Amino acid sequence: MRNDRPFLRWFVTPAALAAAGTVAMLAAILQYALRAHVPGSLEPGGFTLANFATLLRPLYAGVFLDTVLICLMTAAFSLLAAYPLAYALVRARRRWVRSLVLIASVTPLFLGEVVRTYAWLVVLGGNGFVNGTLRALGLIERPLPLMFTRTGVLLALVHVTLPVVVIMLAAGLAHVDRTLERAAQALGAGPVRTFLTVTLPLSLPGVVAGLTTAFAWTFSAFATPQIIGGGKVNLVSNLVYSLGLASFNFPFAAALSAAGLALTALALALLGGALRPLARLGRAAP
Amino acid sequence: MSASAGAAGARRRRRDAAGTLRRWGGRLLVLALLAYVLVPVLVACVAAFDTRAVTAFPPRDLTLRWFAQALAYEDFRAGAANGAIVSLAASTLALAIGAAAAYAIDRYRFPGRRFLEALLAAPLIVPHFVLGLGALILVASAGLPRGFALVIAVHVVLVLPFVIRSVHISLRNADRRLEDAAMALGARPWRVLWTVTLPSLAPGLAGGWLFAAVLSFNEFTASLFVTSQRTQTLPVAMYNYVREYADPSMAALSALYILATAALLILADRLIGLGRVLGTEHAEGGHAGG
Repeated sequence: MRNDRPFLRWFVTPAALAAAGTVAMLAAILQYALRAHVPGSLEPGGFTLANFATLLRPLYAGVFLDTVLICLMTAAFSLLAAYPLAYALVRARRRWVRSLVLIASVTPLFLGEVVRTYAWLVVLGGNGFVNGTLRALGLIERPLPLMFTRTGVLLALVHVTLPVVVIMLAAGLAHVDRTLERAAQALGAGPVRTFLTVTLPLSLPGVVAGLTTAFAWTFSAFATPQIIGGGKVNLVSNLVYSLGLASFNFPFAAALSAAGLALTALALALLGGALRPLARLGRAAP
Repeated sequence: MSASAGAAGARRRRRDAAGTLRRWGGRLLVLALLAYVLVPVLVACVAAFDTRAVTAFPPRDLTLRWFAQALAYEDFRAGAANGAIVSLAASTLALAIGAAAAYAIDRYRFPGRRFLEALLAAPLIVPHFVLGLGALILVASAGLPRGFALVIAVHVVLVLPFVIRSVHISLRNADRRLEDAAMALGARPWRVLWTVTLPSLAPGLAGGWLFAAVLSFNEFTASLFVTSQRTQTLPVAMYNYVREYADPSMAALSALYILATAALLILADRLIGLGRVLGTEHAEGGHAGG
């Protein structure tokens, strides 16, 4: 009998090893989260639940709440900003316009978090682009406080997540069957109504993917809140870094990470659950 | 009769006016959003030419000295070299692992298939600082050094989902009938894979590899945890620089970075069609099922 899966073992083994690596990293986090911190030592102490009890203190609980709020706001603003770009990227009639929008919205994705955050530092700083321009125009005398504010952090975070949301929305929009729109228009629907009742619902799977990815990416962001927030706006990632690499309290940093991961999973599940009817609406249409 | 024709004409004119307004409104909106995306990047480039030692705007006198300083700075040079090693190794490994996995997941049914797929995609959702800290704890508790192998391994895990996605899109667009034909003509499985399947996946493989290399070169958060002074990659070196100094050397480096990235993407768009690799455009003639 002929083997119908000739490469199965060769092809799956390396990937399984990589997946095992991911599992090992997560297991290490969980294991350390349950150990006591021995000050001055990298070796953890005995098993304890104290780390998780400390998480409930208002200081840490507040950071978690703040993080979720900032992630939700970033996801929502990214979606609003990304939709018109994705629409232009898929629907523009001229090829050079599509290429331009694609290159312009994708380039920042490949600059990395540090270069982009630095760019926002130059834009928002006391002597930066915004304040320098406004002062040169005589509109303000003293620089506006943009750095170390939540608004500044949000502006930069949306900028970081925007490209990936554009890509996901564009992928969703590319799958929308144009004949359905033409049918709606032939039946007398105007462009606005066609968009709201045909195009938008059909692009909802892309919307859901974009929202959830933006949420997860923002949760993962570190350089942006660290540099633009300057200690005034802290996300979970900043806490993990300062506890893990500055104070060498690996167990508590691990507990924060584990809680952060659980929170991401929970938030994504809730978000997914809340959005599922929407996505189904999009998919149900033929 | 002529009155009703006039009314219809007026209605059509009104509709045309609304359409024009909407089109221009849409264009303006897209332009404004593109400005939001591009202005910070351009501002950093302009700031690189300012003579003053503290980054400020607008520039007064222009100089190229920050470019010279950035290119001469030891940590940046070492970071770029380390980053090149890491991203080349990680993206090549990820390409081999990811392409094989995408093929197996797409073409075969085997126990644990969904689970494997989910685990491989997990780094998209698991925050990078969690994976970085986990990897750091792993090597610390095993008594292993924080060398290149660790950085490369972490980067492979982080970029795998992107390679898999890219190859997966190509696999779905590939014409299976060509493989069946080769098979029916008596070609052995390896030969079919090598002479029919692989060439048809070329855009996905090239795109996935490029993606992985660029993402790995830019990866910051996990790298901050797993690199040491010796293996520090460029983003980590840049971050440390920004925390300590305020001069425009970093702006100069950013400008070079932006130039190189934009050139790379334009080239990639010409060669392999970025839209097709990203799934924002259908390949013509393929079987792109929804």
